[in-house]
Amino acid sequence: MNLNEMTQRLGEWLRASGPESDIVMSSRIRLARNLAEFPFISRASDSDRAEIEKLLRSAILRTSSAGPLEHVNVTQLEAIDRQFLVERQLISKELAEGRGQRGVIINPAEQISLMVNEEDHLRIQCMHSGLDLHGAWQQINQLDDELSGMINYAYHPRWGYLTACPTNVGTGVRVSVMLHLPALAITRQIEKVFRSLQKISLAVRGLYGEGSQAMGDFYQISNQITLGSSEEDLVQKVSDVVPILISYERQAREFLVSEPQQNLHDQVSRAYGILRTAQTISSEETMHLLSRVRMGINLGLIRELQIPDLNELFLQTQPAHLQKLRGVELDTADRNIERARYLRSHLNGGGQRGEKN
Amino acid sequence: MKCQKCEKPATFHITEIESGKHRELHFCEECARLYLAPQAASEPEPATSLAGALAQQLALGQTAEELSKIDQLTCPVCGISFLEFRNQGRLGCPHDYVSFEKELEPLIMSIHNETRHVGKKPARYAEGTEPLTDLIRLRRDMKEAVTAEDYELASRLRDQIRQIEEKSRKASP
Repeated sequence: MNLNEMTQRLGEWLRASGPESDIVMSSRIRLARNLAEFPFISRASDSDRAEIEKLLRSAILRTSSAGPLEHVNVTQLEAIDRQFLVERQLISKELAEGRGQRGVIINPAEQISLMVNEEDHLRIQCMHSGLDLHGAWQQINQLDDELSGMINYAYHPRWGYLTACPTNVGTGVRVSVMLHLPALAITRQIEKVFRSLQKISLAVRGLYGEGSQAMGDFYQISNQITLGSSEEDLVQKVSDVVPILISYERQAREFLVSEPQQNLHDQVSRAYGILRTAQTISSEETMHLLSRVRMGINLGLIRELQIPDLNELFLQTQPAHLQKLRGVELDTADRNIERARYLRSHLNGGGQRGEKN
Repeated sequence: MKCQKCEKPATFHITEIESGKHRELHFCEECARLYLAPQAASEPEPATSLAGALAQQLALGQTAEELSKIDQLTCPVCGISFLEFRNQGRLGCPHDYVSFEKELEPLIMSIHNETRHVGKKPARYAEGTEPLTDLIRLRRDMKEAVTAEDYELASRLRDQIRQIEEKSRKASP
């Protein structure tokens, strides 16, 4: 797969084509699977890893339910390309920073990715735009069934699918949604929401999963437990809670718009102004300001931009993407200048593409 | 090794995994209980993390002596000890769920609040699983035989491995 070609396009899930995609960025389901005849990764020798990679790659590329798939040998990639795949959410940080033979198999729409030799032998991931967990489940379940006919999954009648960490045992399923909740963050209600989610065994994380900061007011909600509930029940549990969070966020936005002293229109306009004029800007500030503008679009305060434009800017202004787009390696200071240049050229001119410095 | 809070010998070794980074803590029994007290207070709620579950297991009354016995248990298939599992937070092979079933049960209970899988099954598993985990042990033994330059044993093991692999291939649809 040519990673340079990938920079020119967007993954399906970023197109904001799914239900509620003004607030729900994406719906993602992942399955943790292991082969019965090999030790887990932490005890696998280099030759085990190579064997696992070969076996899984060949089985995955023989499947038909996911359509055409392409293999990327992560072991051979430069650090910047590995980071690029992390930014596109096609591989995890753990796979990017791992050692030994490892890879990822992706479909061209970037909805499906299968990581080989991450924490488990196989991590299957399926990502859809907006709130579409049932659609994602259907797709991933079919692919998992097809694979289970070709390879021997480690499975125990009592414990279910056996995983390297007991926190994933059972279904091995992690059901998650990425939500954009700027108004709940501004009104400081987000902490209260998190506490109530934790009480019903749902976890809240930042944009890039475990341990990451909630950048740009994006939050990932997912199931904590994987044992003792069926996959469908876990999908339903997360699906049930999202509409409630959406309605809280909408109420908070309405409150912010209706209160003149909140100066929301001013905040949105200033954020947009900085993004269109800055000469140097950090990744963090960009995320923060794009988040404000994204909300401004949803509230009709900014009319010349669309949500997919913003989703694209979120992605393309990240460090590895900027450098791949520019075609050279840049240090932090140069990246900040390049990022500002990129934003100016894409935001000045009513959302139209093209160089306008 | 001394307890990091007092002068007594450290008998509890706790690995906290936060933000993907491991942090090792070494305590005597008393300090360990104090460290773990907050988790013990909220015992009925699922621990939701491995560190929390390991902490609850300890807080629920296993003595240092009992735990150190558990720590010495070793999986005959992959060779990992329970102590190694506690330290790195990752199991060594699928067979560990059988080898350490009794020890893992309370741990899994405190993470998931359940100890039985409800959900989908792979197309086939029961008939294949045991000979397949044998492969893990046989490959390990073969590697050791090669290292020890016992090539006769290594070649016998290689034949056994091939036999199992062939059978498994035939069983595949």
